[in-house]
Amino acid sequence: MTAQTQEAQAAQDRDAATQRPRTAWGTSLLAIVEREALRFLGQRGRFFAALVRPLVWLLVFAAGFRAALGLSIIPPYQTYITYEVYIVPGLCGMILLFNGMQSSLSLVYDREMGSMRLLLTSPQPRWWLLFSKLVAGTCVSILQAYAFLAISAAFGIVMPWLGYILVLPALFVGGLMLGALGLALSSFVRQLENFAGVMNFVIFPMFFLSSALYPLWKMEESSQLLRDICAVNPFTHAVELIRFALYAQFNGWALLWTLVATVAFGVLALWGYDPARGTTRAGG
Amino acid sequence: MTQAAGGGLSVRHLSHSFGPRRALDDVSFEVAQGAFCALLGPNGAGKSTLFALLTRLVTTPQGEIEVAGVNLARHPRAALAQMGVVFQQPTLDLDLTVRRNLRYFAALHGLSGREAEARIDAALERLDMAERGGELARSLNGGHRRRTEIARALIHRPRVLLLDEPTVGLDAASRANITRHVHDLASDMGLTVLWATHLTDEVWATDRLVILHRGRVLADSVAGRVAGDRPLTEVFLAMTGAEA
Repeated sequence: MTAQTQEAQAAQDRDAATQRPRTAWGTSLLAIVEREALRFLGQRGRFFAALVRPLVWLLVFAAGFRAALGLSIIPPYQTYITYEVYIVPGLCGMILLFNGMQSSLSLVYDREMGSMRLLLTSPQPRWWLLFSKLVAGTCVSILQAYAFLAISAAFGIVMPWLGYILVLPALFVGGLMLGALGLALSSFVRQLENFAGVMNFVIFPMFFLSSALYPLWKMEESSQLLRDICAVNPFTHAVELIRFALYAQFNGWALLWTLVATVAFGVLALWGYDPARGTTRAGG
Repeated sequence: MTQAAGGGLSVRHLSHSFGPRRALDDVSFEVAQGAFCALLGPNGAGKSTLFALLTRLVTTPQGEIEVAGVNLARHPRAALAQMGVVFQQPTLDLDLTVRRNLRYFAALHGLSGREAEARIDAALERLDMAERGGELARSLNGGHRRRTEIARALIHRPRVLLLDEPTVGLDAASRANITRHVHDLASDMGLTVLWATHLTDEVWATDRLVILHRGRVLADSVAGRVAGDRPLTEVFLAMTGAEA
């Protein structure tokens, strides 16, 4: 490279630095959250479907299962609890899990339809755009989880009032983690029709191999291996984080696990959406 | 100095492969500020790959792109800020109003409040869509949806406008209208336009014309000069063979 070329390039770099768009952190985040919320509110069916699923588990499955499963007193509980009380945090996790996958499904759809291109060609840092998408999906999940907690309360499953406040950050972290997983999956699954299969391979093992429906010691009675798998499943830790928060207690280990998984899935998603890998298929 | 430095677009020695398939092979062309350049090519010519590279949805180590004098690889955000894009696929949220769609886009470019509203008004006005701002995007016909997308691409006042086969699926009248509108944008606002198409009737004799075929540039000149005294369709078919 000649000195003249280097000088021209340096001048261009200086020009580009002055033209560089200001990062609109708040504006872009709010817009993405608002769009997701409007889409969600416009899809009433999605809202009710998201609520019906955990309510069926709570009101039908738990009622039938109550007699079969005896629960001992384990933290954060300080007394014997009914099975319905036990599975409420797990069902909150289920809402986050399904919603995280639903959001990623819509990302695959968005990418096929083109609106993801609109997002990725805006002059904001790509990681911030993807993070904003995650936050938007998580906000929708949290709305659903609170609606579920309200209905559960109406059926007599009431948590300490402080728990309803402290569960907010737990739901947020859990929602981010599961959203990041969905985002990572959406970057690797190229076609919408393939995604349903992937979801089944992720959602069901993640949900059933966790502490959402039964405590780990119960699982250990059946199989040590299954118990160990449950113990490393990040979904278990998201559920435990929610469970402890609902009783106004802090579970640092669960938080650490959930955060580590969030970062790992987030990095994977960023790599998946790296333009050097390409997010579009070749066309005309 | 390249023409891109003054607000134009410069593509130099760009190549890209998808696995073993060479989608673009040493593509170079320049579009001066305020020029309307038609990128003409049959299906599979590499137009969409070129657009994916121009919009940084995909990157490649081979070749350089400059948008209004800004190197896309080295300063992606500054380059993207200079660029308005209309994609081949519809990108409007059909359940939102036209204005909400535009507001969302403005926010992605860091615009909000009165400034965003003023720019949205101006963009809608320019595309004769001012009356439609409150309508749901779903209620618009294909032509008006495209106009909305073009209006949206202008909100952040880009210097370069890229349109990837923007008239696909539109009737003849809507196609003619949109083609005229975008030609006007180049001549009235000094906007640099790259218009990808496979339809020769969208190319005017005075337009810059780049013909792309099998990932290579076959012609790069003024459309009238490329056509000579023959219809452009005939010349285009002769150059690209029966596959066109």
